[in-house]
Parts: sequence; C-alpha cells; structure tokens
Amino acid sequence: MRIVIASGKGGTGKTTLAVNLAYLLAESRQVILADLDVEEPNAGLFIRGDQVLHEDRYKMIPQWKEDACTLCGICQGVCQFHAVIQLGTMIMVFPELCHSCHACSGLCPESALPMVPKKMGTLTHLRTGNLDFVEGRLDIGEEQAVPLIRQTKQYLDDHSPDGAIRLVDAPPGTTCPVIEATRDADFVILVTEPTPFGLHDLKLAVLTMREIRKSFGVVLNRYGTGNDDVLDYCREENIRVLARIPHDRKIAELYSAGKPVYQDVPEARRSLDEIVSWLDETWGKKAL
Amino acid sequence: MKEIVVISGKGGTGKTSLAAAFAYLGGQEVIVADCDVDAADMHLLLKPDFGQSQDFYSGALAVIDNRKCTMCGRCHEVCRFEAVVLRNGRYVIDPFSCEGCGYCSRVCPEGAITDIPVKSGQWFISNIKTGSVMVHARLAPGAGNSGKLVARVKNEARQVAKEKNKDYIIVDGSPGTGCPVVSSLSGAAFVVLVTEPSLSGYHDLKRVHQLVQKFHIRAGCIINKSDINQKVTGDIEKYLQDQDILNLGRFLYDERFTEAMTRGLTIVEYDGSDLKKQVEESWNMINHAIQ
Amino acid sequence: MRIAFTTRGTDWDAMMDPRFGRTEFFLVFDEKTGVLTHFDNRETGNEAHGAGPKTAQHLFNLNPDILITGNGPGGNAASALEKSGIMVYYGANEMTVREAYEAYKNDELSTV
Repeated sequence: MRIVIASGKGGTGKTTLAVNLAYLLAESRQVILADLDVEEPNAGLFIRGDQVLHEDRYKMIPQWKEDACTLCGICQGVCQFHAVIQLGTMIMVFPELCHSCHACSGLCPESALPMVPKKMGTLTHLRTGNLDFVEGRLDIGEEQAVPLIRQTKQYLDDHSPDGAIRLVDAPPGTTCPVIEATRDADFVILVTEPTPFGLHDLKLAVLTMREIRKSFGVVLNRYGTGNDDVLDYCREENIRVLARIPHDRKIAELYSAGKPVYQDVPEARRSLDEIVSWLDETWGKKAL
Repeated sequence: MKEIVVISGKGGTGKTSLAAAFAYLGGQEVIVADCDVDAADMHLLLKPDFGQSQDFYSGALAVIDNRKCTMCGRCHEVCRFEAVVLRNGRYVIDPFSCEGCGYCSRVCPEGAITDIPVKSGQWFISNIKTGSVMVHARLAPGAGNSGKLVARVKNEARQVAKEKNKDYIIVDGSPGTGCPVVSSLSGAAFVVLVTEPSLSGYHDLKRVHQLVQKFHIRAGCIINKSDINQKVTGDIEKYLQDQDILNLGRFLYDERFTEAMTRGLTIVEYDGSDLKKQVEESWNMINHAIQ
Repeated sequence: MRIAFTTRGTDWDAMMDPRFGRTEFFLVFDEKTGVLTHFDNRETGNEAHGAGPKTAQHLFNLNPDILITGNGPGGNAASALEKSGIMVYYGANEMTVREAYEAYKNDELSTV
C-alpha cells in the first residue's frame, strides 16, 4: 500500500499529517515514511532513530576530454538545457542544469564527453521501532529535483521492509516533482485548509490528480478557521473528505518544536483514527 | 527600477499575505509580479481584471509518427527517462516522463520523431485594485518547468514598469530552493524572507538564505507567528544578526491574516489599526534599505 | 582594456542591469580606441534554463577583459566567467553606465 500525502499549497500541514500518521500506524504495523520534498525536506526534523544509511547521491553528467575533442560544436547544439556550451576553445559543462539525458555524450563523434557521476544530494535512512524513515535531500543550487526523487523511490522499492505501508511526503505544487513523487501511489491524500488560498490551490491539485488518474481524498486542516467553501467544493465535485483536523494553536506550537501532535491533542488523534479506519475499510486490513 | 522579492522557503508562513499588503501600501507606484506560479494566489487579494492574456509554451515533447516508424527501437534504447514505451506493439511517448531532451528525435533514422513545443500555461497583465498593474500566470497542472514562466512574468513586469515609469516591482516568489526560486531572485535589489519560528521554518530559512547569498543580494526577514515558539524566534533573531540580515520585525500569530484573506482583502485593508501600522513599519524599513 | 557592462540600454546614460544571465544588453567600451558598442541579449532573457551559461558565451565572444555588473553572476554564470579569465566587478546597481565606469575607476566596486 502506497499513500502519498500532497498539497497544492505549501504550509497546509502536509508534513505534520505524514509524520503523525506514520507514528500512529507504526504503533501496530510496519511503516516506511519517505520525504520526497527534496528541496525542503522537513519530516526528518520530527524523527529520531538509528541511522541505517547516510550516503551521497549522484547523477550522471558529461565530462569534457580536451585531448579527444575537435571542437565540432555538436554537443552544445544538442543540449536543450544549455548545460553544455563552447567558450572559445573550451567546452564547459554545467552540472546543475544537466538533465542527464546522455544526448551530448552519445552523439559526440569523438567520444569526448563520457558520462561521470556528480553529487546532487544525500539519502538518509533511519529506523525506530516499526518505523523506517527515508529522506532525499538536494544540494543547494541543484535545480533538478526529479532525478533525486526517482533515486529515492528506487531505494524505497529495494529496501522497504516486507509488507510495510509506504507513506510519502510529497513536494508542494503541481509540477513535475509532484508528478514524479505521486505516479506510483495507490492513493493520494491532498491536505488543504479552509481559506481562499487553500481552495484555489486544492483545485489545481485536483486537476493534476485527475490528469494523472490517481484516486485521492482530501484532509481539511485547521478546520474552524476561514469558511466552508472547501467543503462545498468537495461536495460538488464528489471528493471524499477523509477528516477535518480542528484549528488549534496547540498543534502549531507542538509542530514548531518538532513534536508529534496526536498524543497531546485528542481531536487530532480522532481525525487520524478516522483516516486510518477509512483506509482500512477501503483498502482492506491486509493492504494496510 | 528596483525589485523587491518576497520568498519563504517553506509554505504557509504568510508570504503572499505580506507581499500583497506591501503592494497595497505601495499603491500606484508599485508594479506587482506573482512569480509563485505553481500556486499563484495573489490575485485572490488584489482582484486583477485579467485584461491581457497570452499562452505560454515551454520545453518540448517528443511525438512519434507511426506511419514513418519502422520499430527499430533506437529511440527506446537511448531514452533515459523511460518515456518511450511499447503499447499495443507500437512505440509511443509517455508525455509525463518525456523531458524534451531531443535525443530520440536526433537518433531516429527515419525522421519519425518531432519535438513539439508544449503549452504549459498562460500569463496575464491585469489592472488591480491598488490602481497599479500586476503580471501573473497560471501553470497547467502537471507542467514541466515553471522557471521559464517565472522568468517570463518578471520580464513582462519590468517592461510594464519601464513603460509606466514606475520605480518598484514587488515579486511574490516561489517556494523551495530550485529553479523557479533562482529565476525569482534574478535581478532583485532586496529580498524579504518571511519565516515562522518552527523548526521547519527555521531550517528552510537557512537553506533559502544560502541561495540568496550566492547572488550577493541584500536581505531582510519578517518572523511571522513569532509567539508560537519563543525559543525558536530567539534562535532565528540571533541567526539574522550573525548573517547580517535586516530584522524587519515580528508579527504575532494572528487570525486576522485568515479573516482578511477570506474576505479577499489584504491585511492592511482589513485592519486599520495595529496590524496595519506594523506592516507599514516593515515596509518603511524595506524602502529605507533600498535607497 | 575592453570593459563590458550589463545594461538596460545602449548608451552611456543607460541604467545598469543588475542581472548577469538575463541582462538586456552588454555595452562594451574599448578604452584604447574609445569606441562604445552594444550586444542585444534580450532573447536569452526568456530562456528557461541556463541563461547564465548562454550569456557567458555571448560575453566571451565580445572578448572583454573586464565585466562590470550589478548583483554579480549566480552559480552557473560565475563558474563560466571564472574559466573565461574575465575579471568581474559587481555592486554597480542603480547606476548609469557612466557612473558605473567612474565607480570602477575609483575602485568602489567589489570583485569576485
């Protein structure tokens, strides 16, 4: 069972939900939580565990072999991302811009641009009790999130404990990193808040989920503030609202200190229980 | 012409609410650019008329002409993104996987693959309720690259500012630390970092500030919801001091941010008293800093 | 010395463009001949990725010894310029080209 927790807008409580749901589920089952918001990974701030792995992650980039190069210029013509340019008698490669498509390397008639690994970030794996936690973290200035998301997912496929539920904290927004984080999900939880910003960004997220044909439900966070427009929208669009987490300053305070909230805020606990029991009913005890 | 870019790293810190409030205070003298194109929300507060609109194309998508394809499989071999897939005995492109790198079209011996430009959104030039102009955009769901759209929005905003002879542009920047933020920061005279005193807020502030430093841009910081965690607020203030970031003030956790938004108002319209005064103070500090 | 400026216009009174990668123009002043020429870089400004490297390439072809700019080139452009051997001076925001040139001569700009 693979559940991705996403949101159109940032700061709606995506990470809070992912972390708390993971802890709660881990009380009785095997869980692996992954932070795929590689530009700003935050779930790790809430997890203490033993380090299973911490390693650098690489992507492949071309490396110029000056002695083999005839300066024919094909490489810079091929690269759609301006990651390879010719400066006078020099070929320069810009690792942050490279999409690792191999085109320049493969099409170089002199084999003067072999592909070599270049660090783009790190991957960390922690374990505490039934809970495994995996984080991808992009280096600052690295512009391509997708390759690291892809590698982190591959790691999850290879290293998830048998029968573990996979929970994923996705990047915010609706562009390619979200698609990559979401594409192999069985179910997507969209977290939003009952404000005009929340509604507007939820609509975009819903369009995206429909575009990639994912089944999804909504968790309404900070319920009680703002207005009922999100609920009305979900009703009109036939979108299941899995839970309403009440607006409570205490949650913001606990979150700010990097603490799980459900043990101290009974209403939050109740909302999480609702989500779990719905998932149980719908996807079956076995899947969960 | 000076660009003031408001960014936050982490979402939900009140970045857009504050950027819109500054735009309101700046009135006719300030051109607005909403560069948070992934989740463009500023229009909900500034009421644009969507006066002019234009389609936006970005990147490329490979398309295979099945009449020319001989099923040699070269495209499938070279693609690093698993975007060339075999479906019902034919090679087709999975549009969500294709990066538009053009490798397949170059190696196809039959010339059966074309790279077509992808429509990935729209951008608008609107009149807004402050009496000024806003440039904003809407990204198509699942679109590939928002950095280019950010660049476009900024360039149009500069053009408008030039034509109308305005000196200031306020930019609502993108979240994260990747390509869209880099585009948002390009050419900035001053960066306003909006953060909150949570471990994540602080963590993301540090990450995004590293990026700002790479571009040698002066920065100031607003700590929103400062009372939810006094200790972290203290840590952030110390960080600001150490990093020579201008402290633009603390705001308290305040329901009026949400109430104003719910009514489609900026916070300075909704509240004429203490909150407005505080936003004005920050705005004055920013103005002073860029003189 | 051949000195390049990132600018928003094509003469001495044009404002400096604080950006490198997406600068509108380059003005090049040849101190030996006293000739001022310009290069239109606006097309690069609308590129998605890699405006920095592309612009660095244009600059390189203009063959300057020195670049005077505003905010200073970001990561990609910076590394291209480093290899190109062009000296970079930054901090010339909110100045005309003339003022930026004066500031450079008076040693008021920062260097990378």
